[in-house]
Formats: sequence, structure tokens, C-alpha cells
Amino acid sequence: MDKNISFTLRVWRQRGPKEKGEFKQYFMEDIPGDTSFLEMLDILNEKLINRNEEPIVFDHDCREGICGMCSLYINGHPHGPATGATTCQIYMRRFQDGDVITVEPWRSAGFPVIRDLMVDRRAFDKIMAAGGYVSVNTGGVPDANAIPIPKAAADEAMDAAACIGCGACVAACKNGSAMLFVSAKVSQLALLPQGKVEAKRRVKAMLAKMDELGFGACTNTRACEAECPKCVSISNIARLNRQFIGAKLSD
Amino acid sequence: MWLFNSSVGKKVVMSITGLGLVLFLTFHMTMNCVALFSAEGYRFICEFLGANWYAIVGTIGLALLMVIHIAYATWLTLSNKKARGNERYAVTARPKGVEFASRNMFVLGLIVFLGLVLHLCNFWAKMQLVELRGGIPEDGVDLIRYTFSKWYFVLLYLIWFGAIWFHLTHGFWSAIQTIGMSNRKWFVRWKWIGYIFVTLLMLGFVGVVVTFFCYETFHWPFLASIFGGLA
Repeated sequence: MDKNISFTLRVWRQRGPKEKGEFKQYFMEDIPGDTSFLEMLDILNEKLINRNEEPIVFDHDCREGICGMCSLYINGHPHGPATGATTCQIYMRRFQDGDVITVEPWRSAGFPVIRDLMVDRRAFDKIMAAGGYVSVNTGGVPDANAIPIPKAAADEAMDAAACIGCGACVAACKNGSAMLFVSAKVSQLALLPQGKVEAKRRVKAMLAKMDELGFGACTNTRACEAECPKCVSISNIARLNRQFIGAKLSD
Repeated sequence: MWLFNSSVGKKVVMSITGLGLVLFLTFHMTMNCVALFSAEGYRFICEFLGANWYAIVGTIGLALLMVIHIAYATWLTLSNKKARGNERYAVTARPKGVEFASRNMFVLGLIVFLGLVLHLCNFWAKMQLVELRGGIPEDGVDLIRYTFSKWYFVLLYLIWFGAIWFHLTHGFWSAIQTIGMSNRKWFVRWKWIGYIFVTLLMLGFVGVVVTFFCYETFHWPFLASIFGGLA
């Protein structure tokens, strides 16, 4: 059993996209260490509701690290202090008694704040809609080994497909760039025979959409890779660059 | 045109111009080292790279590389800042694996540029520029001896070399990554190749400056016996 801790929460409160936001402090008392970060916010929200105050708005869904909805910037790290974990997988035992924990929304021109800690990440959906799919009719279930795929390529594609589209890469990037996300989504298909057919069109369309939506350019700081809850590698960005340059040169 | 209007295209321009400048620095360092071993050889190089048509073409090409690299850097930095949004994080942390240089390439580049202005005033303005105007250029070896006998020039040049080292250690692998010639294995290799190459490159520059400074200041005879160019 973890010990209970008491700490101060500094939470970003902002009533709407155009409103001016500010930090509000909340003192949390006797929170058990095995409370998850989001459960801790639930406890706070229940208190706020009972006091007739507005609860804190934050995104969350599956709470098991696969949906990509939770998105808190905790103490200078997207998804908090752990590596390879989402916000919902953070437990209060990671913090010390008496800590001041600062919670902010993702901050990037591509992700405007909707309210409090919730940001609008529909830009990612738009990038996906621009080309992040395979549009061939695949028909019925084919024989498992009808199309041979090297193990290395399958593994690499699977690692890229681990991206849950949470936007931590954009939140971590000093340039607000979505390159890690786009590169993972391009790679997961480009490495497989089914995806290669449309690879050129896909990479051009997705990158153009990313630029159009106001995300920045990559300066290879590797902050995205370090903060990615699914440990997506920047080798995907090299692949994206390679594919994009190749596609443009063959135009 | 994708080199103007796409983020990757703009980065490719940064990458290619940057690699071009690294190549130039490699030649420059090699030629500097000649001054250590043979004053005659160095004078020959100075003459060769004076106001001859091929040297002028090379100088214009270099200037173009510089201008494009700086213009694109400014353009990218401003648009990246805009993409970051108006609100800044209250708390920031530098995650593991993020180099100091990678976050400060523009500031480092600015220092490199200021150093370049000093360097052009020290040498180029007294050699190729004079010759272009129809005058007689100063002697290259004398210029080196004079400049690096002054401790303040030595200090400024060493700071400048430090900034270039930081700029290039990130710039080298970053340029390779941008043109897509990297993957999980080669990322580590390029990084090592970059660090070793850039360190040797900068040691070459530092070596010439420090050797001349020591010789001009302390007149150690053993330096002259090792390096024929000093004698």
C-alpha cells in the first residue's frame, strides 16, 4: 500500500478558446499513492462540484493508455514524468508530499485550447483524412501468407502503428511540429506492400495538410521521441523525409 | 515549388546549404594547416585564391550558400515560433536525449555569423577585396602572424570556433536526417561520424590559431622545429 500524500495543484483554467487563461491553485490532501492522476482530478472535480464551482475540463477516455485522449502537460512534460506512458497511466506515487504540480494544456497553434486543459486536436483527423489510409478494395480475407512481408518491415510498421495520435509530440516540440505523428502514420503503411501503392500520393497529401494547418517544421531536437508515450522513433521522420523528397523528385 | 512552400522542402534547403558550408570549412581547415608547415605553400594558396576568376566564382557561390542558409534559417525560425502559439508553457523541462545545440541553432548561428564578419574584416578585406579593387593584397602569412599575436583576436576566434563546433555537431546529423539518409542504425553512426569529423575539423582551426599565438607570444623554438611554416 502506497502512503498518502498532500500537494498543491496549479491548474490552467481558461473558459473558452478566446478567453484569457490563468493558473488556479488547489490544495489536495491525503491522496493515496495508488490513485491515478486522472482519478485525482476526478476527486478534485467532485469537490469543486460540491462547492458549486466549475469542474476542470480535461480529455480522457479509455484510461488504459491506448486511446490517445488524455493530454496533460504535467511539470514540463507531456503525459507527465514517466517515459512510455500516457497521463492516465501516471500514479500519484510518482510525486512527493508537499510538491507543487503544474498542469497545463498542450500549447501549440495547431491545437487551440477549447476549455481549461482540453485542446482541439481535430487537426490530426484532418491530416489522416488527407491520405492516412489505403484506398484499395481489399476484398475478402486473404490467405495469411499470400503476400510475404519481411519480419523486419512488419516489426517496423507495427512500431510506427503504436502511435495513438495523442499529440504529445506537438506539445513537446519547440516548433509545434507534427512531424513525428505524420511520419508514424506514413510509415505504418509505407513499409507494407498494401500501402506502397499509394505511398507517394499519401506522403505529399499528409505533409501538405500538416503545413496548411499551421504546424511547424522539424529541427531534429528529438523532444518528440523522448516524450512520446509509445516511444515512436524519429527514424520514422527520416523515412517521411526520404519518401517526400523521393515523391517530389519523381513528379 | 516544394523547396519554397513545404516544411520538409525548406529543411532540405537548410540541409544542402549547410552540408555545402561544412565541405567548404573542410577545405579551409586543410589550407590553414599548410601555413603551419610551409609559408611558401601558404603564399601559393593565397595567390591561387586571389582575384582569379575561379576564386571569384567560388566566393560568390559561398556567399550565396551563406545568404540562402541564413535567409531560410530566419524564415523557418519565425514560422516555427508562430506554430508554437502565443501561450508559452509555465514549466518546461529538457527531456533526456535533447542536445543543447539542437534547441539553440539560431542563436549559435548568429554567433557564427558575427565571428564571420570579424574574420572577413581580418583577412578577406585585406586580401581578395584589395586585389579586386586593383590594389596589392597583404601577405597571407604576415596577416596570420599579426592577427594571432593579439590575445583578444585569439580569444574571439576560440569562442567563434566553439560556437561552430556546437552548431555543426547538431547540424551534421540533422542535415543527414533531413535528406532522409538515416534510420535506427545509421542515426547512431551518423551522430558519431559527425561528432568525430566536426571535432577534428575544429581542432584543425584551433591548432593553427593556438600554435601561431604561442609562437608569436613565447617564441618557443621547438614549435618552429616541428612546424616548418613558422621558421
